[in-house]
Amino acid sequence: MASSQQDSAANAPEQAPLIRIEGLTKRFGSFTAVDNVTFNVRRGEVLGFLGPNGAGKSTTMRMLAGFMIPTAGTASIQGHDVQSDGVAARKVLGFLPEGAPTYPEMAVESFLRFCAKVRGFSGKELADRVDHALNMTTLRGVRLQPVETLSKGFKRRVGLAQALLHDPPVLVLDEPTDGLDPNQKHEVRQLIERMAPDKAIVISTHILEEVDAVCTRAIVIARGRVVADATPRELEAQHPSGKLDDVFRSLTRDAA
Amino acid sequence: MRNILTITRRELAGYFATPVATVFIVIFLVLQGALTFNLGNFFERGQADLNPFFTFIPWVFLLLIPAITMRLWAEERRLGTIELLLTLPITQGQAVVGKFLAAWVFCAIALALTFPFVIAVNILGQPDNGVIASGYLGCLLIAGAFLSVGAAMSAATRNQVIAFVLAVAICFIFAVASHPIVNDFLSKNVPAMGAFTRRLAVIDRFGDFTRGIISVRDLIYFGTFIGFWLFLNTVLVDQRKAD
Repeated sequence: MASSQQDSAANAPEQAPLIRIEGLTKRFGSFTAVDNVTFNVRRGEVLGFLGPNGAGKSTTMRMLAGFMIPTAGTASIQGHDVQSDGVAARKVLGFLPEGAPTYPEMAVESFLRFCAKVRGFSGKELADRVDHALNMTTLRGVRLQPVETLSKGFKRRVGLAQALLHDPPVLVLDEPTDGLDPNQKHEVRQLIERMAPDKAIVISTHILEEVDAVCTRAIVIARGRVVADATPRELEAQHPSGKLDDVFRSLTRDAA
Repeated sequence: MRNILTITRRELAGYFATPVATVFIVIFLVLQGALTFNLGNFFERGQADLNPFFTFIPWVFLLLIPAITMRLWAEERRLGTIELLLTLPITQGQAVVGKFLAAWVFCAIALALTFPFVIAVNILGQPDNGVIASGYLGCLLIAGAFLSVGAAMSAATRNQVIAFVLAVAICFIFAVASHPIVNDFLSKNVPAMGAFTRRLAVIDRFGDFTRGIISVRDLIYFGTFIGFWLFLNTVLVDQRKAD
């Protein structure tokens, strides 16, 4: 009896969702980019965030990262509200913004050292973190090159390295595999799979095979609204063809 | 504080990683030298002081400082790095102050490179080096004041040209607020405004420093001035970061 109580107490924080989004809405003038989006993401989940271009994926992710101020609704990361307790929320978040922006004149390693320093690391730990991030994203060979001299795929990986640097419990990655070649895509997917068990991960993509490959759950968003929230299997079952492509098309066309 | 300094260091390295630093410093020194020696009659005056140097420096700053600040936030927006910077665990105030400090240190470096003027007057005569030191402090404060205006303007618009023009215009207003033309006009027509603009003028405050007077009032003035614009900068970044 005592042990089972202990178990449930130990499990309780595991059960609490790491990402909590409630009624999130963003309007630009009369245009509603994100309309009352609500979902939670728990540890161990890899959530694929799908939708046509302009559906509101990036806007939702920006609000979750505390970069955009929501018109209505709230978002929190590990219990920290992204607006009122933003610094604490961003501490436990690894965020890859759309297009993986980085300072072009900085060398890969100095850029990562800058991010690590801002994240509060110093001395040997900082060096270890940067080293580890370089290894995970296989950037070791270009670590002294300025980011502007790198190809699109490398740039994307620099952005990814920056997001993974502090081993955050929550990862929000906006199109992490965009611009990568098939081998690199495969590597990034493997990386995500390896990290998945002890993190809550949200990735946005419009590559549907990716959802099948890495996601445990998929949310389809169209015109700012959530039109589906299920496992990839369940989604596939919604269309007689059993193909995610067809499901995606019918879901997002209906909303349009 | 640690975060502010980390950002400052990164920004400062950024100036020197591009030709911005070299171009700025060279143009600043050439312009300042030409104005001091030619228009300022540095030698003909036969006085061992840096008055001609200090007379022109606010106007050189008026032109050059907005050129540094115009890219401060606009560039971050253009590259999208603002999204990266502001989703790191720092407050927006820290980012604003860090960027401002980097620009200020950069101006201080440019200013320090005018040391040959100081050496020259010391070889040619016996200047009051205390007055020169307080004049340099005044230069640094006026640079800080213009930088804070420029940084806020850069946060207000995505367009670097607009940021530049707005910064020059606002700095100009604060620079000439005590000029006889403005002052006489205001004193005649709106006497209350005349007294007010005299107090707001940056050049008058600067004049005290070049005469060797460092008053608490002037220090508070510059502190408040810079503080106000940095505050405005933070508000603007917060409101417009995602535009």
